[in-house]
Amino acid sequence: MILKKKNPILRTRLPTLPPAARSRVALGLTAAAALGRFELQQCSDCGTVQYPPREACQHCLSIRLKWKEQPRQGELLAATVLHHSNDLFFRERLPWRLGLVKLECGPTLVAHLHADVPDAPARLRVAARLDRAGQAVLVGLPDKENVNMAEDRQLREFSCDPKRRKVLVTDGKSALGQALVRALAAAGAELIWVGHAEPWKRLPGFAELERLPQVTLVPLDLTDSKNVRELAAEIGAKVDILLSNAELHRAFGIANRQGVETARAEMDVNYFGLLRLAQEFAPAMRARGADGLASAVAWVNVLSIYALANFPPHGTYSASKAAAHSLAQCLRAEMRPAGVRVVNVFPGPIDEDWNQLVAPPKLAPAALAQAIVKGLGEGVEDLYPGELAQEWLERWRDNPKALEKELSS
Amino acid sequence: MSALASFIQAFSSGKIRVVDLTQTLSPEFPQITLPPEMGQAWPFRIEEASRYDERGPAWYWNNFSCGEHTGTHFDAPIHWISGKDLPANATDSIPPQRFIGPACVIDCSRESASNPDFLLTKDKILSWEKMHDRIAPRSWVLMRTDWSRRTSAVDYQNFDDTGQHTPGPDVEAVKFLVQERDVLGFGTESIGTDAGQAQHLRPPYPCHYFMHGAGRYGLQCLTNLDQLPPTGAVVIAAPLKIRNGSGSPLRAIALVEGA
Repeated sequence: MILKKKNPILRTRLPTLPPAARSRVALGLTAAAALGRFELQQCSDCGTVQYPPREACQHCLSIRLKWKEQPRQGELLAATVLHHSNDLFFRERLPWRLGLVKLECGPTLVAHLHADVPDAPARLRVAARLDRAGQAVLVGLPDKENVNMAEDRQLREFSCDPKRRKVLVTDGKSALGQALVRALAAAGAELIWVGHAEPWKRLPGFAELERLPQVTLVPLDLTDSKNVRELAAEIGAKVDILLSNAELHRAFGIANRQGVETARAEMDVNYFGLLRLAQEFAPAMRARGADGLASAVAWVNVLSIYALANFPPHGTYSASKAAAHSLAQCLRAEMRPAGVRVVNVFPGPIDEDWNQLVAPPKLAPAALAQAIVKGLGEGVEDLYPGELAQEWLERWRDNPKALEKELSS
Repeated sequence: MSALASFIQAFSSGKIRVVDLTQTLSPEFPQITLPPEMGQAWPFRIEEASRYDERGPAWYWNNFSCGEHTGTHFDAPIHWISGKDLPANATDSIPPQRFIGPACVIDCSRESASNPDFLLTKDKILSWEKMHDRIAPRSWVLMRTDWSRRTSAVDYQNFDDTGQHTPGPDVEAVKFLVQERDVLGFGTESIGTDAGQAQHLRPPYPCHYFMHGAGRYGLQCLTNLDQLPPTGAVVIAAPLKIRNGSGSPLRAIALVEGA
């Protein structure tokens, strides 16, 4: 796929959304897709897998239907190409390929079809992906992964793949920031702006980043409103993916640190920093939600699993991440009309200085960076990278009180 | 004619000029850098409250925040542990007549250009006195290094992996100025009245330790010291009247004679 440069005399297309209405019960499919999972309702009495989502089992009428992960394999029964649509979103994206799929777990359903899925009959995999409206849709993917899969025109409407996109990483100085820049470059990002605050502080590895041909260093201190505003004025209309990873992390709770200065500093970066970024960068990104195949697609917030339940030894940090999480939900709602996805990342402890006294397992910065890039490609909305975060997610979903107790013991 | 009337006459006729010794307070101006686990001085930050808009239709104003030791600032004796119990040691209790004083400017710009860790010695002060005059009691002694010409924050801070490298006075020089010259205080162009590596001197940070221990003051992040004569200028440096304040950003100015 070769992306032509934009023709600047043509009007930039306004973002439109695919049909977004879902019943309350159908939101279960979306909730699972947001985590990158393929879940369908399954009857607890007779075991029948259901689709579309419903209130009672289509086989035995039991109301005991549970959302459960399902095998993705199926067979393409028929394929067709849509050449006409009265829907504003799809009529701008025609032709559009659809197929009828019989899943091995039971249901037959209609799915958007990747171009590399051969015509029927053919084996394929089905995934639930979020569309630009943030709702789950079913996508038929080739049976086997191939290197150019992510380049599919239709799939790119559901993913936020960094390939050929322009990315701002708000902090390139931390180990995670450096790993993110390298992972994005390896994933084919066209241009990476790398923010760095307090230029007199030289940190190991940072100077080498500038040797990457995609990288442009930009001074960026999220506590300085003028700095954020001026950078947005300079590059905001070009940013396709904003990766908000700058953070201030200190290892204090309430009782082992006098005063509020450290907590305030954490809040100033982790919460107000996000607010400043959102106020300055979001408007331009919203305007470019449908700007061709390299449109503005995603806003990634690196939060923390401690945003869900406080880790008292890092208590004020946890609180700042909880505040940022809440604000990110507000941002998500405000970005949705433009089809720009807000991705929240909830890592467990990262292997960095401020987690020195946290016992392993700790998430390596490079592993987190890989997970974020992969998550963008898969179009997830909430990312719990690594086994520890996955484990805590399950506990939190099962019983938030239990996770609170565990983290505070 | 009264003294003030002749001052005003000299001032209006241009015989007395004002030199601004103050750096502009801006978010870009670097702040004191301490190890990250320690309490930090806030850098200067500014947020718009309204600008002739829906937040305030006919007016423009900002809210700003900063530490007591941000930008061009004054150090009070209470800033250091050696001066913590002295009388009149804070920004609100220092007698206001101390805010005006004569200035002796010692030019160390050549030495500082070739050696960022340059330390001003007692010998250098004595040879300065031979050329100019004995430092009068209750004078500001200002160390000119031309450090303020380093407009990039990286060059101004001048950090490497052993910390900051900026000029300042050595231990003997500070003791001499306090004990034998009875100075009002010591001023520099860099961040800190002490040198960047002064934590390795004995005692650490001698200028803070001895000056404040003797109830004297500090001025730092000064600029335009190259526009002052070696002697004869008068410095006006009045900190904000912060209750029990350890220091304050201020508009430091100097009066100089001659066209």
